[in-house]
Formats: sequence, C-alpha cells, structure tokens
Amino acid sequence: MKASNYIKLEFPSLSVNEGFARAAAAGFAAQLDPTLDELGDIKTAVSEAVTNCIVHAYPETIGKITMRLKILDGEKLEICIRDWGRGIENVEQAMQPMFTTGGSDRSGMGFTIMESFMDKLKIKSSEGKGTSVTMSHIIKKRRSIR
Amino acid sequence: MTVTSRYSDSRLTVCLAGELDHHCAREAMHEISEAADSFLPREIVLDLRKLSFMDSSGIAVIIKTHRSISLRGGKLYVECPQAQPMKVLRAAGIGSIVEIISKREVTT
Repeated sequence: MKASNYIKLEFPSLSVNEGFARAAAAGFAAQLDPTLDELGDIKTAVSEAVTNCIVHAYPETIGKITMRLKILDGEKLEICIRDWGRGIENVEQAMQPMFTTGGSDRSGMGFTIMESFMDKLKIKSSEGKGTSVTMSHIIKKRRSIR
Repeated sequence: MTVTSRYSDSRLTVCLAGELDHHCAREAMHEISEAADSFLPREIVLDLRKLSFMDSSGIAVIIKTHRSISLRGGKLYVECPQAQPMKVLRAAGIGSIVEIISKREVTT
C-alpha cells in the first residue's frame, strides 16, 4: 500500500514530549477530516504508546523515540511508534489489562486503551533492542450535510 | 494542567483543568494527596469538567485516590467528565469501582 502522505518525527524520551507527540499526530490526522471523537482516539493511543517508551523502554536513561504517521488509501491513518530501549520480555502478558511493571503510578491499562481506541494494533519487541507499536485507525469520509 | 481544590461540609472538591498525562500525573497526585491529608474529607469529588484530555495515567491517579480515601472509610466521586476522558474511564472499567456523576445529575 502506497502512502499518500507521511511524516516522521524523532524526539528524546522526555515526558514533556507526550503532549507534543499527540498534538503533532492530531495535527497530521486533521487532513482526513476526523470527528472530535476520532481525534480523541488518536491522541489517546499516541499518548499511551509514547508514555510506554518513556516509562518502560528507557526507565533510567533518555533515549530516542520515533513516530511515523502515514495515510493509506486516503482513509487509513497508520501510526508507528518505536524505541530502542530495553524491550518487553513477554508481550502477551504486557497486553493484559491491569498488568504493569510500573508500580502504583501506572494503571496497566495502556495497551488495553490502545487496542480499544484503534482498529488495529501490532507490537514487535525484542529484549535489549527495543519495541515498535504499529496501530491504525480508519477515518471514514463524512458526507457533507445537505 | 492546573489543580484547584475547595473544601466544605466534609467534602473536598478537586478541579483538574487542562490535560492529564504521565507528564503531570505525579504533580496532580501530590496536590490531591496534600489536600486530602490536610482536610481529611469524608468525600473527594474529582471535578473533570475542565479536563480536556486524559490517558491511562489519569486512571492511575483515580485508582490511587480511591484507595487512599477508602482506607479512611470515605468515598470518591468523579464528576462531569468530557467525552474523551469519559471514553478512557469506560475503557478502563472505572465505573465499577468509582461512581461517575454526569452533568445532568449534578444539582449544585
């Protein structure tokens, strides 16, 4: 599938960039004319994925995060968020609701929320090498009101 | 984000405004705990009407606040969440542990 438009961003794993990443994703998605609800879904999923990189991939260091967004078939927004951090030992376990290695500051609901807010979610992780989260959301064209 | 609180009749109302994510969750939690420790309220109301965005970091704040007030025999309410925070609350199943009061039910 050929992307009709795309962006690639790279930023350090500073928590102040969580807000920047979701605002940038929402700004790029705006060309698909999403509803406020769909924009909220995108911002939430991006916020969760970037927070995971900051909290779990680079717990004691500041590392590199990239966020790529693509528009496919004129209606599908694909988001790929990648880090080169410590990786996830057991992806299946990490995806369970309420499971967290982050203590009481974390709810363990990040992947559950990404899964329920996006149409597709794919996680690839390798211990010591990093994690990539690829997710997509179809933004249906709205008919103008006559 | 900004956190403001007021206390009257054993009820602490904490108003969260702006965006609540991991970046500001710790500060929000600190403000809530500090207010709760100084007033020792019977009820805490988290007023979310001015909160435009929340992710799962907000869920952790709500669960922690719920746990600490429950230990004192008190109760937590979440009031008037906007659409996006409401969707996150629903996805996390928060309604089964904390009472969510919608706009219509608020009389004051």
